[in-house]
Amino acid sequence: MRLDLARRWEGLILVLLVGVVVWASLGVDGFANGSNISFLLLDTTEIALMALTMTLVIIAAEIDLSVASTLGLSCAVLGRLWNAGLPIEAIMPICLLVGAACGAFNGLLVTRLGLPSLAVTIGTFALFRGLAYVMLGDQAVADLPPAYTGLATASFGPVPVATALVAVLAGVAAVVLHATGTGRSIFALGSNVEAAFFAGVRVKRIKLWLFVASGVMASLASLVYTFRYASARADNGVGLELAVVAAVLLGGVSIFGGRGTLPGVLMAVLLLGVVRNALILADVANEVLNFVTGLLLVASVLAPNVGAVWRRRTSPQVEGKSAS
Amino acid sequence: MTTRTPWRPTALLAGLVLLTAACGGTTKSDVAQQSSASATAAASSAAADPNAPVKQGLKIAFLPKQVNNPYFTIADGGGAAAAKEFGGEAKEVGPSEASASSQVSYINTLIQQKQDAIVISANDPNAVVPALTRARAAGIKVVSYDSDTAPAGRHVFVNQAGAEDLGRTEVQLLAEQIGHKGKIAVLSATPNATNQNTWIDFMKDELKKPEYKDMELVKVAYGNDEDQKSFTETQGLLRSYPDLAGIISPTTVGIAAAARYLSDSPYKGKVKLTGLGTPNQLKKFVKDGTIEAFELWNPADLGYLASYAAAALASGQITGAEGEKFKAGKLGEYTIGAKGEVLLGKPTVFNKENVDKFDF
Repeated sequence: MRLDLARRWEGLILVLLVGVVVWASLGVDGFANGSNISFLLLDTTEIALMALTMTLVIIAAEIDLSVASTLGLSCAVLGRLWNAGLPIEAIMPICLLVGAACGAFNGLLVTRLGLPSLAVTIGTFALFRGLAYVMLGDQAVADLPPAYTGLATASFGPVPVATALVAVLAGVAAVVLHATGTGRSIFALGSNVEAAFFAGVRVKRIKLWLFVASGVMASLASLVYTFRYASARADNGVGLELAVVAAVLLGGVSIFGGRGTLPGVLMAVLLLGVVRNALILADVANEVLNFVTGLLLVASVLAPNVGAVWRRRTSPQVEGKSAS
Repeated sequence: MTTRTPWRPTALLAGLVLLTAACGGTTKSDVAQQSSASATAAASSAAADPNAPVKQGLKIAFLPKQVNNPYFTIADGGGAAAAKEFGGEAKEVGPSEASASSQVSYINTLIQQKQDAIVISANDPNAVVPALTRARAAGIKVVSYDSDTAPAGRHVFVNQAGAEDLGRTEVQLLAEQIGHKGKIAVLSATPNATNQNTWIDFMKDELKKPEYKDMELVKVAYGNDEDQKSFTETQGLLRSYPDLAGIISPTTVGIAAAARYLSDSPYKGKVKLTGLGTPNQLKKFVKDGTIEAFELWNPADLGYLASYAAAALASGQITGAEGEKFKAGKLGEYTIGAKGEVLLGKPTVFNKENVDKFDF
């Protein structure tokens, strides 16, 4: 029943995606050409990268609202160290370490102190962004090496290099989630954490590493972001965490954990990107655009829950898990 | 996932960092050397024809920092009025949030739509440059207005007023009102607003002159261009400095909020307030005695001039080089200055006598 619902939802997203692409190709001037497709894909890079690990985190019944702030902090560190004269090749791994540290901080608070991740990451959302401003203030560091800024916007044919990176990492994440014991453990602890614990799943360890992975992915996204826009600033990526969570939920991942797939999430990222791009090209006003995106999201959160309520009604012996 | 020593990968990464650092790599100074070498190679070769007629049916897109912002609505309205005069069509597109990179996807779609010109007020001077470079490569002319991009991103920058002029005249305005004496404060927008900070630097420089020796800048407060925050910041300023003589607010949101607070407080008329504001917003405070005089450029004229500059570029009358001239309808003739800048003119001072003559 559960699998069934998930498949049905992904089928719906796929149909929507194909439908929007066909509509846009036929009805919107300038949509169906290589350079536009490549811009569109490029525009989804950072969201896609962070959505990969966010999918795992939410399936494990946690959430990480600090990803965009981690991205900003990592950008600020990059800018600060670049100004200090360090080579960019040394700065990049440091940025990834910063991301890992941010993730570990979240993870330790959640696993060692048993605090809810929603509360922890709302706190670190402000903390990391604040730290980013402490690091870089109002500066915009822009004199970055052209070799890297060029790479971030380059593409093979219509496929941007950055999208190739997303594809490779999506492959890794999909294998981890859907084809390994770790993946099964993530689903298990998301559906019923007590049962998973008694079945021998190392709950705390897995959660800690999920937060670390989320932080590393945010800092990887920060590198792409900084080079793509050729500007390292403390306010880079403000608001992106909501876009990431939105894409994950639209992709059919349950906000209560335990359910969802990576292909679904990737399709949702694409769907949101295509809708946005096509509506802007069609000169649809920004307010309408936000409304349409919001509508898609409300529907995505509503539909699975309506399904869940219906399931509970029809089979009363199935207890709802501690959904808070 | 099962490793018992989580520090191992960390140590490995740290080792890698040291290794790459030791082997050298691309640093800030390398890039500076490269760019200074390439800058000399990039000189404009296109020739301008000042007598070329303005092309008909030009498509000009205005891309403000954010849409639904009254200031940009007026400026872009001025741009549309100009387009009507020379037989083109202007439209306004843009993000609803003014963030550094939100404009990039709009630039990309404008390239797809094959616009003739893009008129942009940049949220980040550099983040938009790669996209604008692609637009220029596609034959689109780029004019920046209100807030400039890095020079590589645009052909011409239509500047509302020199930053130096604005910063210094605001100090002069306030000094006259308080008799060159007393504590003053600045109520700015965000701590990282580039134009605001440039103005404040010029204010501080102006204050170093001997005629201001009895004036002291006690604080720069930030209202983040939010009405509520600016209001409470004003309240805070007067609580911390009850003997404050005057406030300069170089932002339209800030000055309106400060005026509202002052007009209902015992400080009304005693603490002087000046800065940048629009006449419609501040008329009633000028009339009730809260504000003596304030200043601004005319945003409609700014958009109007930017629109004509875009048309002149797209018609081949100018290329953006220093010394070229073009006509801008009712505003007359303009000459492009150093670094492709066109200056709209000196700021206008509004007071009881003239404030009713303006409607924006």
